[in-house]
Amino acid sequence: MMDDGAFFTRERLVVVGNGMAAMRTVEELLARSPARYHITVIGSEPHPNYNRIMLSSVLAGEKTVDDIVINPYAWYAENGVKLVTGSPITAIDPAAKTVTVGETALPYDKLLLATGSKPLAPPIPGLGLPGVRAFRDIADVDAMIEASQQHRRAVVIGGGLLGLEAAWGLKRRGMSVAVVHLMATLMERQLDATAGELLQRDLDARGIAFFTNGQTEEILGTDKAEGVRLADGREVPADLVVLAIGIRPNIDLARAAGLDVNRGLLVGDDMRTSDPHIYAVGECIEHNGQVFGLVAPIWEQAEVCGARLAGDEAAVYVPPPVFTSLKITGVDVFSAGALAAADESDDEITLHDAKRGVYKKVVLRGDRIVGSVLYGQVADGPWYVQLMREKADISAFRDQLVFGRAFAEAAGAVPEAKIDVSAMPDAEQVCDCNGVSKGPICEAIVAKELTTLDAVRAHTKASASCGMCTPKVVAILEYLGGAVAYNPDPPMCKCTEHGHDAVRRAIVEQGLKTIADTRAALGWKTSDGCQKCRPALNYYLLCAWPDTYRDDAQSRFVNERVHANIQKDGTFSVVPRMWGGLTNSRELRAIADVAEKYAIPTVKVTGGQRIDLLGVKKEKLPAVWGELNEAGLVSGHAYGKALRTVKTCVGSEWCRFGTQDSTGLGVKVEKMCWGSWTPHKVKLAVSGCPRNCAEATIKDIGVVCVDAGYDIVVGGNGGVEVRVTDHLVRVATEAEVLEYVGAFLQLYREEARYLERTAPWVARKGIDYVRERIVDDADERRALHQRFLLSQRPVQSDPWAQRAGGAEAHEYRVLAEVG
Amino acid sequence: MPAATRDLDWIEVGRLDDIPQRGARRVRDAGIALPIAVFRTADDAVFALIDRCPHKAGPLSEGIVQGCAVACPLHGWVIHLDNGEAEAPDEGRVPVVPVRLADGAIWLSLRHLRAAAREAA
Repeated sequence: MMDDGAFFTRERLVVVGNGMAAMRTVEELLARSPARYHITVIGSEPHPNYNRIMLSSVLAGEKTVDDIVINPYAWYAENGVKLVTGSPITAIDPAAKTVTVGETALPYDKLLLATGSKPLAPPIPGLGLPGVRAFRDIADVDAMIEASQQHRRAVVIGGGLLGLEAAWGLKRRGMSVAVVHLMATLMERQLDATAGELLQRDLDARGIAFFTNGQTEEILGTDKAEGVRLADGREVPADLVVLAIGIRPNIDLARAAGLDVNRGLLVGDDMRTSDPHIYAVGECIEHNGQVFGLVAPIWEQAEVCGARLAGDEAAVYVPPPVFTSLKITGVDVFSAGALAAADESDDEITLHDAKRGVYKKVVLRGDRIVGSVLYGQVADGPWYVQLMREKADISAFRDQLVFGRAFAEAAGAVPEAKIDVSAMPDAEQVCDCNGVSKGPICEAIVAKELTTLDAVRAHTKASASCGMCTPKVVAILEYLGGAVAYNPDPPMCKCTEHGHDAVRRAIVEQGLKTIADTRAALGWKTSDGCQKCRPALNYYLLCAWPDTYRDDAQSRFVNERVHANIQKDGTFSVVPRMWGGLTNSRELRAIADVAEKYAIPTVKVTGGQRIDLLGVKKEKLPAVWGELNEAGLVSGHAYGKALRTVKTCVGSEWCRFGTQDSTGLGVKVEKMCWGSWTPHKVKLAVSGCPRNCAEATIKDIGVVCVDAGYDIVVGGNGGVEVRVTDHLVRVATEAEVLEYVGAFLQLYREEARYLERTAPWVARKGIDYVRERIVDDADERRALHQRFLLSQRPVQSDPWAQRAGGAEAHEYRVLAEVG
Repeated sequence: MPAATRDLDWIEVGRLDDIPQRGARRVRDAGIALPIAVFRTADDAVFALIDRCPHKAGPLSEGIVQGCAVACPLHGWVIHLDNGEAEAPDEGRVPVVPVRLADGAIWLSLRHLRAAAREAA
């Protein structure tokens, strides 16, 4: 890369700081003028440039340090940038134009200071004790992870963005965590009181304890931290104390060098300090009285500074509207600009649905948006920021504004958002889940001649996870391939052109009552259908006509026809139902007797809290079932697209943390739901407290008991693609839990595609749609629940007992033994 | 019993009505290690195959019968009942057992399979 001739004519740029602001500035410079400088970067941390914002994800165990490196060591070498790490600068001499590194004076022509910030420390005793950490760099995170492995209790001082992310990360690492916050509500710099209270409620439900209005007076302990004492006398014990009350610009070097400083190192719109050869960017600076802690304004500083260093005298820094979001899985917070009306000339439009945990506020000055705070539903955040940036006049759609862009579009108040593929840069990230930008998608489409969305997903992973970016991926595909059709309801199988949704509609609307009628009415291309469409049609008809449709055993997959799970050697497994995971000595004795009598080779405890008897010959199934029936055991439907298990923890009956009778509720839910046929298997769980021992947040439906009632969460999955549930609603009584569970199951039964689990179904339809149907509309919810109960009447009869009594006997006998 | 089926090669294994339409049942023969799957299609044609998918030995008798083919329950290979061939792009073949249907009775000819089994032993 280096041109030897240029080496001697290049100016020398020394960069003090190897963080995000410094290196983004260097990248902006290199993009404009790659050969102008001989660049030396000096960093104090022994790492290449990493994404400091993602440290909370490393702490939470969602990412590794390697995952968050932005510029690996190779990048520096490839770009001819000399990197010196681990040896901090001790002095700057602006007159001699040198910086001192260790013993040597390093000359510069231009100097860039990006020294970042230091954690603020409260003026209290005990800060120096072992076990007290800031949350600032990789060393802090390593120390916190180590502490979480050795200790149990942590206190985080500071309930702002950083403190809450630290608290959540430590909670995820298994510690019990308390947050002490000086103010009355959390994140008061980014959120107003209402949103702050919603946030505290949600985090409280996840098991984080809060001490608001809490002024820390002392860190307790003699040899190591043992807790904190608050001004009102309360003491919070802890083995780890994390300081996260804020940051202040790190300006020690600049001040010693005689540069103009105030709170931060003063810079002008050209990012220059009081010395014309010295520039500064990032958290160390002060611009127009403002200091910076969030990334968006710093990116813009880097762009201006990089342009200035490249010789562009016109580049000027104008602070953009600042927006922020919180990186706590499942907690959606967004804020931008003003948090509240500044005076009487400002207006606030708010929407507040406490039960659903949704809060939206837009702050207006005249006909322009100057701020927004969103909680629970944050999808419109970028739209508000865009309107703020554009200083758009919103008077034409003021009525729709708070309900969001889609609502304003539907009302015809704003034009529909069009995706302009040609204007999208190659580096623009299209799929946030898998980190795929436009460039690689285009390359794959062209090089591999891809023509379908599925093929793009298979080759690039774009749109393969949550599906939110599907419209963009489709737009790119169409842009490159002409009119490549994206079919939202693709054909069921090779037997028909119709998609699952169209077939379901036709069955109901045309009153089709049998598989043969459906095939005839919809012009099936094969006489018999196939193994893909027949089980689907059988299910759709069963769901549409629960009291009259006659189940077609020959259109069921073997497991559902035989009522046992086929294994790879052709034998079957038998899993009796254990209601809510409960069993007793009589049942266990019967299982033991059956296992011995029929020489069942493997007996295994399942993940769903029951017992699996594996390796049973088909001919023996009715006899095995008969003996299990005598002890009261019935089919667990472990073989079906049906309700599998309702996993529970022991709850308030035994557990010292339990808030409600989770076991009892689990049994009631299972008694209501067993026997039901569904588009795919369905697994439920009820946890007795937010510690969530029953893992309810990766189930199709989970119930998490809290002091105030029951949180119902839906659409989770622990399989190939883990998906955490979405919060549906919090209710006060068990009766409401049963109604919501039944309604959700029926909505899923009536609208999902066959073999579509709730997780992809909820992701496809959106949790807002599900809420509209069963939270917002009480009549609809009750009707769905009633239809669910109706559909349950014919199926709640033990299929094992029927077969042990002789039903379908041909299924379990050989036709003949000869020879 | 019709004259043709009195041939010693042919063994009666059951009635057509013993098998559901689009279904199958198994026959075991003392001389052959593997079971035989006897299929009845939607239009009452009867076929018999060794009950072992050429892919991973799945029991074809447990599969979903569609037209003149069956989908193996383990991994979904589709096997044609008349010649035992796997549907493309999969490749493989299952031995076919000759069948006769006479007056509602199903007869199989096991001579070749028994000879092959003896040879293998």
